[in-house]
Amino acid sequence: MNKLSRIDWSSVVYCLIIVSAGLANIYSAAYTLDNTAAAWSVLEKQLISLGLGITAILLIQFLDTKFFERYASLIYLFSIGSLLGLWVFGTEVSGARSWYEMGSFSLQPSEFAKVALALALAKHLGGLNTKIERRKDYFIAFVLMGIPAVLTLLQPDAGTALVLLGFFLVLHAEGLPQLFFNILLSLFILFVLTLFLGAAWVYMLLVLGLAVYLIIQLRKKRKRVVWPALFTLMVFGAFTYSVSYIFEEVFEQRHRDRFNIILGKEVDARGIGYNINQSQIAIGSGKFLGKGYLEGTQTKGGFVPEQQTDYIFSTVGEEWGFLGAVTLLGVFVLLLLRIVRVAYKQKTTFARVFCLGFACTLFIHVAVNMGMVMGLVPTIGIPLPLMSYGGSSLLAFSVFLGIYLRIEYQRIEA
Amino acid sequence: MRFGFFPVLIGIFGVVMFARLFSLQILSDEYDDMSLQNSVLKQNVYPERGYIFDRNGVLLVSNQPMYDLMIVPKNVRAFDTLDLCNTLGISLETLLEQMDKARRYSTRAPSALVSQISKQDYAELQEKMWKFPGMYIQRKSVRAYQTDVAANVLGYISEVNYFDMAQDSYYVKGELIGRQGIEKTYEKTLRGTKGIKYLQRDKFNRIMGPFKEGALDTLPKPAKDITLSIDIKLQEYGTKLLANKRGGILAIEPSTGEILMSVSTPTYIPNLLVGRERSVHFETLKQDTLNRFLFDRSLQGQYAPGSPFKVLNALIALEEDVIDTNTKFTCYSGHFYAHNQFMECKCPSGVQNNLNRGIYNSCNTYFSNVYRRIIDKNNDAADGVNTWSKHLNSFGLGSYLGYDHPVGQAGYVPNANFYNLWYPNQRWKGATTVSNAIGQGEILMTPIQLANVAATIANRGFFYTPHFVKGIQDEFIDPKFRTKQYTTISEEHFAPVVEGMANVVKMGTARVANIPGIEVCGKTGTIENFTLINGVRTQLTDHSMFIAFAPKEDPKIAVAVIVENGYWGGRWAAPIASLVIEKYLKGEVKRTWLENRMMNGSLIDEYAKVTSNKPFEINE
Repeated sequence: MNKLSRIDWSSVVYCLIIVSAGLANIYSAAYTLDNTAAAWSVLEKQLISLGLGITAILLIQFLDTKFFERYASLIYLFSIGSLLGLWVFGTEVSGARSWYEMGSFSLQPSEFAKVALALALAKHLGGLNTKIERRKDYFIAFVLMGIPAVLTLLQPDAGTALVLLGFFLVLHAEGLPQLFFNILLSLFILFVLTLFLGAAWVYMLLVLGLAVYLIIQLRKKRKRVVWPALFTLMVFGAFTYSVSYIFEEVFEQRHRDRFNIILGKEVDARGIGYNINQSQIAIGSGKFLGKGYLEGTQTKGGFVPEQQTDYIFSTVGEEWGFLGAVTLLGVFVLLLLRIVRVAYKQKTTFARVFCLGFACTLFIHVAVNMGMVMGLVPTIGIPLPLMSYGGSSLLAFSVFLGIYLRIEYQRIEA
Repeated sequence: MRFGFFPVLIGIFGVVMFARLFSLQILSDEYDDMSLQNSVLKQNVYPERGYIFDRNGVLLVSNQPMYDLMIVPKNVRAFDTLDLCNTLGISLETLLEQMDKARRYSTRAPSALVSQISKQDYAELQEKMWKFPGMYIQRKSVRAYQTDVAANVLGYISEVNYFDMAQDSYYVKGELIGRQGIEKTYEKTLRGTKGIKYLQRDKFNRIMGPFKEGALDTLPKPAKDITLSIDIKLQEYGTKLLANKRGGILAIEPSTGEILMSVSTPTYIPNLLVGRERSVHFETLKQDTLNRFLFDRSLQGQYAPGSPFKVLNALIALEEDVIDTNTKFTCYSGHFYAHNQFMECKCPSGVQNNLNRGIYNSCNTYFSNVYRRIIDKNNDAADGVNTWSKHLNSFGLGSYLGYDHPVGQAGYVPNANFYNLWYPNQRWKGATTVSNAIGQGEILMTPIQLANVAATIANRGFFYTPHFVKGIQDEFIDPKFRTKQYTTISEEHFAPVVEGMANVVKMGTARVANIPGIEVCGKTGTIENFTLINGVRTQLTDHSMFIAFAPKEDPKIAVAVIVENGYWGGRWAAPIASLVIEKYLKGEVKRTWLENRMMNGSLIDEYAKVTSNKPFEINE
């Protein structure tokens, strides 16, 4: 078999499309009529990062998959170390200690923690005696996720923490007991309901629901359900009230507002809702065909904040319209499905879990970012992978892609 | 293992995002509007307003730059406020108040700190601009009047009000519109059509450049220059002649209907209504209800025509065949037109007047008889008055004439209906309304109507609708100004009347109007008039009136002059008309003694009587 045909070209092509769209839109977002030089310098920086990313991908192809499996723990520990090191050597940028600065170049170690976690989980689950259904094994997995998540949350960087905790989806796909998923889903629903209705109402609903459940069960003479039911009521009740408490007492107003906007409770286009409102105006005004490249009035006017980074998708929506946005969405969906498909082709657990980890990271990024830009998810700082301006993110995803390609290459080879 | 988990999750994600994009971009229109509102600035590009020239190509109205001092509050640093105040002649309070206003409007967008700075102040300010960071000077174009007269003709421009904007959606707030005079009538010609420029705006409201490289922009249509029929030298001369008198002069070129001059005094200097002091000046002019600066006496002043009206009665009588040129009436220094009703006349007792003598002696008795013959022709006064009225209407009396100036009055021509209402028993006839015979009845005329009558007689039976505009840059003037309007009087009846008018100047009541070498035809008028003083109807000194045209053959100018409370026609109006004619036909005036008497003569004391609150004598 031809060596080149062992490369997963579909993924490469999808990624190239996304990266090219990213470059074009970063230039457009940074482009202003009175200062085209600024746009070029932004593009230049991103091109340098891209060059570094491609170099990384190529270098990885010289390594054996075994190398990553063997040194996964070490890489993970190194990554945790780099996160801890931020407290000493890190630089604070707009309130978050997330960066190492080296001259004009800055690096965000939490981006690489995602790769490290994917490797570590893959290695853990790929262990000979590991069974994810077992309490001890999934506990270890939770700890592996928890440590970097807590460290990034403390920076504070809630976005990255969310992505790291998102590896739960991989664990679920791998066979984690259903209970966890059910609990999380219930808690999520409770959370949203609490924010909508307030704790008291939700608690009353809970009591009512459980009472009905108990009556039905007791009629069938099933007495064993009583204690678990009461326990669930207690836990959920406590959760409801703590959500309410945290929301009202621990959260700062800006956090509360982010939720309230999404819930439609507060509409303030000028003040707190500015970002999301402007982003929606930009996308909405693109209509079917868009305003044309470099013609976006909102983009050129700089109305959408952070447009080159987190809000890059609004540029696509405005200038390329529904057609362009849906096409891009389609490419992302195809890429995700491709990676998942490739993951299940893998013969080793390590390879499969790593690929799923890649898919999962990508998925959470894309879903949360697009959701945020389009006003479905509260504002949270997560870039659109391979598109948003930012070197660390691009480099981290390049490493992800590089290892992924290498794994698939070696599977076909073998 | 749950193989389906990720694919399902990705599928749900794809569907949800697709739906959201669809709802944002396809279903909803509101975002589109919001986008244009906050990011695209629609800016109007105005063509320079058209110039106005006089009939000889003398520039009357052009444009001048005015300067607004603009401020961007965000960029302002500490500066010498006192220096700025002194340079512009404003108080510190005003400055601070304006700065505060600007700050409240926007800290990043410019607003006007001081508007309409004159060229002089600008010159001084410009030198110092480096001392005032965050400020800059913006140039604006306003009217510049190159003449001190003809304010009533030229009119003025001012900012549009809500009514204008409701009337015509072309205008938006802050734009200028021709408010009066030629500026108003020819607003569309003079203003051109504005173009629209779309500009990309950023989130701070700063202009980033053209929107879509100007693809949506529309170019302004240039304005057109206008050449007036006014002779500005004549207008100036007339204004000087009427100095310190209230009155009007209106002159028409009979062969075209072009208005050569339209003077109304007291008047104002047009440049008073330009610049920062405009509103102060305007209020002053507007609130003077005695001098009525903004009232155009030559177009709006309605007067009883007095004796000049007699020539119209003569023409109607000839046309109705109730007299011929030899018909004679005997005057006994007046006559009884009804039982115990005597109308005085200046003729010596026992004089027999025919048409010619009737006109040049302005014999009241003669015209009283003529009038009664017209009205009582078929022993039907109603029919007689209506016929008479119809003839008058054909001269443009009782109508606005249709000239191209926004102000005017129709005057009044009574008809049978009017008298039927006035005399409820309907027992009225020629004798009842005999004041009409000598132009003192219910008839009202404006100077332009009088001048037009003179022009019509000069033309022997027709007139062109009088107009102020001779030409518009590459455009024809309204065809109605080039169409002959025939009166209902046959041409042959004019000759004897013209003869009589020529004799008015040669041997009649207006010998003062005689110009050596030019045969002037005219008719004087001395008009009784009344006003209310503290609610009491009080007679004032007569108005001095004169209509004329010259030369007798191939007339070049027809003119009507009214001098309010100037007493008899030959005292003021006839000399002034005569001087105007001489000036126009000869270019210079030889009779400087007469010129000086007119220019220096003042009726201020006469006008002061009304407000003196003391009993006073009239016709001194």
